[in-house]
Amino acid sequence: MQTVLNEVRANAAPVPAASDIASTQPSVISVTDVHKSFGSNQVLAGVSLSVNKGQMVAIVGRSGSGKSTLLRCMNALETVDSGSITVCGHEVSDRQAIDMRALRKQVGIVFQSYNLFPHLTVGRNITLALTSVKKMSREAANRKALDVLQQVGLEQKIDAYPEQLSGGQQQRVAIARSLAMEPQVMLFDEVTSALDPELTGEVLKVMEQLASNGMTMVLVTHEMAFARKVADVLVFMHNGRIWESGPPNTLFDAPKTREFAQFIGSGL
Amino acid sequence: MAHFSFFHVGFLAQAMLWTVLLSVLAFAGGGLLGLAVALCRVSRRPALRWVTGAYIQLVQGTPLLVILFLAYFGISILGFQLAPLVAAGIALTIYSAAFLGEIWRGCIEAVPRTQLEAAECLGLSRAQQMAMVVLPQAARIAVAPTVGFMVQIVKNTSLASVIGFVELSRAGNLVNNATFQPFMVFITVAFFYFCLCYPLSLASRRLERRLNANRT
Amino acid sequence: MSYSFDFMPVLASWDRLLAGAWLTIQLSALATVIGFALGTLCAIGRLSRITWLRTLVGAYVETIRNTPLLVQVFIVYFGLASMDFKLSAEAAAVITLVINIGAYTTEIMRAGIQSIHRGQIEAAECLAMSKAQIFFHVVLLPAVERVYPALSSQFVLLMLASSITSQISVEELTASANLVQSETFRSFEVYGVIAVMYFALSVLFRIGFWAVGQLVFARRRKLGTAL
Repeated sequence: MQTVLNEVRANAAPVPAASDIASTQPSVISVTDVHKSFGSNQVLAGVSLSVNKGQMVAIVGRSGSGKSTLLRCMNALETVDSGSITVCGHEVSDRQAIDMRALRKQVGIVFQSYNLFPHLTVGRNITLALTSVKKMSREAANRKALDVLQQVGLEQKIDAYPEQLSGGQQQRVAIARSLAMEPQVMLFDEVTSALDPELTGEVLKVMEQLASNGMTMVLVTHEMAFARKVADVLVFMHNGRIWESGPPNTLFDAPKTREFAQFIGSGL
Repeated sequence: MAHFSFFHVGFLAQAMLWTVLLSVLAFAGGGLLGLAVALCRVSRRPALRWVTGAYIQLVQGTPLLVILFLAYFGISILGFQLAPLVAAGIALTIYSAAFLGEIWRGCIEAVPRTQLEAAECLGLSRAQQMAMVVLPQAARIAVAPTVGFMVQIVKNTSLASVIGFVELSRAGNLVNNATFQPFMVFITVAFFYFCLCYPLSLASRRLERRLNANRT
Repeated sequence: MSYSFDFMPVLASWDRLLAGAWLTIQLSALATVIGFALGTLCAIGRLSRITWLRTLVGAYVETIRNTPLLVQVFIVYFGLASMDFKLSAEAAAVITLVINIGAYTTEIMRAGIQSIHRGQIEAAECLAMSKAQIFFHVVLLPAVERVYPALSSQFVLLMLASSITSQISVEELTASANLVQSETFRSFEVYGVIAVMYFALSVLFRIGFWAVGQLVFARRRKLGTAL
C-alpha cells in the first residue's frame, strides 16, 4: 500500500509550496516545475519550491539527488531546460532577459570550497566587490568589511591572507564576503562538507546568527541536526524531485515516504 | 645580380645539412659534458657541486655569441688555426653542457628519494646506485625536456654564421648578397629551420604528455 | 704560449663599452615592457573561443619559437628595407625583440591564466563583478604573480639575446666590443671583459625583477611563499 502511495505521490502535482506553511511574508524565490538534464542524465525532474522572506530552507538528500544543481540554478550558475525560477523579482530561467549582475547583487552564495581570492588579504577579499561593483570609497568599504568580519567573529584577521587561516575561518570569511554585499537572499552550497568536524561548529554558529537576524537563506546541507534545529522548512530531494517538504520536526517525527525514512535512518 | 631561384633553394638546403651536422656535434659534445656536469651537481663532494654550479651560472649569464667569440679567438691565441666549424662546435658544447647539465640534474633529483634509499639498502655502491637505479629512471623523465632543448641547439647553430661557418644562416647571407632579395631568401631560410625544429617541438610536447599520463 | 694578455687597450675604450651596455639595457627594457603587453594580449587570444584567433596566435607562437632570432632580425631589418620600409637598426632590433619575446611570453601567460581555478571566477561572478573586473583582479594579477619567476628568467634571456642585434650594426655591447677588437686586436681580452659585463647585467636584471616583484606582489613580500 505504501509503495502505491509513493508512486502516486511521485507522479502527482507539485508538492505544496513552503509558503503555505505558517508564513505571511512575500515569496522571495519561486521555483516552478523545473527540469534540467546534463546530457542524458536528468538531474531535476519537475521541482517546485517557494521560499519566503526571512525563512531558512534546508535542502537535504543523497548525493546526486539534484540539490546542489537546484541551488546553482537559483543563482543562474546553471541554466534550466524548462520551468521557471523567479528570484527577488528576476526571471532567472529566462536566459535572454536576465540581468546577471543585478541578480547577483541581491543573491549571495557561499561555496563548499570557499573560493577566497588567495592573492588578496581577507579585508581586500571583502572590499574588492564593494569598491568595484558598489563603487564605495575605500574607507567606506573598509568600514563595512570590519563590520561583517565582526559579525562572523574574525575582525582581527582582516590583514591576514587566506592561506594563514583554518578551513572554518576561511569559510566564515567567505560568508562575510557575501554578506558585505547586503544581499536579499543567501545560498549555501554544502558549506561545511569540506571542513574537519571540529571546525563545522563555528560556521554553523554564524549561519544560525544570520538566520536569527532575519536573513532569507537556502542551504544544501548534510548537517541534519543543524537543519532540524534551525531551519523553518526542510526539503527532501530524491532522484531530481522533492519528496517531502515542511517544518523539520513534522518531517522527522512522521516521515511520509519510505525514502525519507531510509535517508534519516541511515544517518546521512 | 641573380634572381632567387630553385638553384639558390638547393644551395640553402645543402647548407641545412651543415646545420644538422653542427647540431649533432653540439648535442653529442654537450650531452657528454652535460652528463658529467649533472653528475657533479648531485655529487656528495661540495667542491664538485660548487665548481660546476659556478660554471653553469657563468655560462647561463653570458650570451652565446660572446662565448662563440671567446672560443674562436681563444683557440687562435693558443696557436691553433681551427676551422670555424670546430670553434663553433666547442662553443656550442660548452654552452649546451651548462643547460643540459641543469635539465638533467633536475631529472635526477626528480627520481623519488626512496629509490636511492632502497638501492642503498640493497648494498649497492654509490656508483651502482646511480647507474642501475637512478639514471635509468631519470633518463625517462629527461627525454621530453632534452628533445625540447634540441630545438634550442638547432637555433643556436645560426650564430656559427658570425664566425664564418657556412651553415644555413650564412648561406642565406651569401644568397642574399647574390640576389638582393632578403625577404624571399630569409623567409626560405626560416622555413628550413622551422622544418628542423617544429617536429622536435611537437615530439617534445607529445613525450611530456605521455610521461605525465604514465606518472598519474 | 706566445700570447701576452694586455687589458689596457680594452680599458682605454671603457667608455665605449659602457655606452654599448647602456644601449643594451635600453633595448632590453623597452622590448620587455612592450613584449609583455603583446604576450598578455596574445595569451588572451590563445584562450579565446574564436577559432581563427586561436589558430592565428598559435601559428605566430610556433613560427617564432621554431626559428632563430638571427634570421628573424634579418627578415625584419633587411627584408622590410627591401620592401621600402626603411627602418633604423635600433627600431628593427626593438621590433624583432618584441615579436620574439611576445611569443615566449604568450605561452607563459597562457599557462598562468589557465592555472586560475574556475571556482575563483565563479565566486567573482557571484559577487556581481563585471567580466573586465574579474579578468583583471581575479585572473590576470594572480596569474602574473604565479608565473613571475618564469617571466623574469625569460626577460633576462632576452637581454642576453640582444647581443645578436650586433649583426645588424646596432651599437650595443657586443657591437662595441667588435669595434674595440678590430682596433686593438685584443680579442680575447675584449670579449672576456664584456662576458663579465653581461654577467653583471644579468645579475642586475635579476635583482631588478626581484625588487619589482616584492614591490608589486604584497602577498609575496609578506608571506614569502609561492601563490
